Amino acid sequence: MSVRIYHADEIMTAYLDGEIDHHGAKNIREEIDEAAQRSHPDVLVLDFKEVSFMDSSGIGLVMGRYSLMQELGGQLRVVNLSGHIKKVMKLAGLDRLAVIENGGRKSESDQ
Amino acid sequence: MKAINEMKITFKSRSINEGFARTAVSAFVAALDPTVEELSDIKTAVSEAVTNCIVHGYKEQIANIYITAAIYPHNLVVIKIRDKGCGIEDIEKAMEPLYTTSKSGERAGLGFAVMQSLCDKVRVASRAGGGTTVTLSRKISSKGEEDE
Repeated sequence: MSVRIYHADEIMTAYLDGEIDHHGAKNIREEIDEAAQRSHPDVLVLDFKEVSFMDSSGIGLVMGRYSLMQELGGQLRVVNLSGHIKKVMKLAGLDRLAVIENGGRKSESDQ
Repeated sequence: MKAINEMKITFKSRSINEGFARTAVSAFVAALDPTVEELSDIKTAVSEAVTNCIVHGYKEQIANIYITAAIYPHNLVVIKIRDKGCGIEDIEKAMEPLYTTSKSGERAGLGFAVMQSLCDKVRVASRAGGGTTVTLSRKISSKGEEDE
């Protein structure tokens, strides 16, 4: 599990890569938080395109970053969710909390 | 009912083994030719149960986790995940969505909720000080029917 972080204007994008579980989530969460606290972005984008597996640790990861962006007065966006990952997020009701997008198309209509 | 096939693994409660455990179980279940979605569901449920053993049962101390997976007639998969850790005092409470005893603020408290929605049946047997056994049951659709 790894993360690459890019900044463009006021948008910070974290490209997640690999399997998100309790073991892998810790380090990437620290990396994302440090970068966000330094740069205070308006929008934090979590990109799940290269995530091959996710359990409820991923839910914790999104919920925690959501609170962080609330504190920083910014927004969280979660993008490029595959079928399985979207399913796990929906179990937690995260589709109501963060703006979940799929290739620019909002998924709120397909509930 | 007699199992058609069965496997057992024992491994240390190191968090790196979360990936090993779910992959081992999914490799065993793969013999039934499940759909990608069914395999993801099983991997996720196993991952939740194993994480519970590590984080809650053993509280990050290193000890053994035991998994037995069995295949029964009609493609029924039964997976038992067992630890000899601290046990759960109030199982009902522990299974409530969003309830967590974790203080780090990064555990969503959704482990059991995820297991329940991804499996047909989840049974928890535990007593304080006596360890915990989680039994997951999931029926796999018959071969080839739902292939993508």
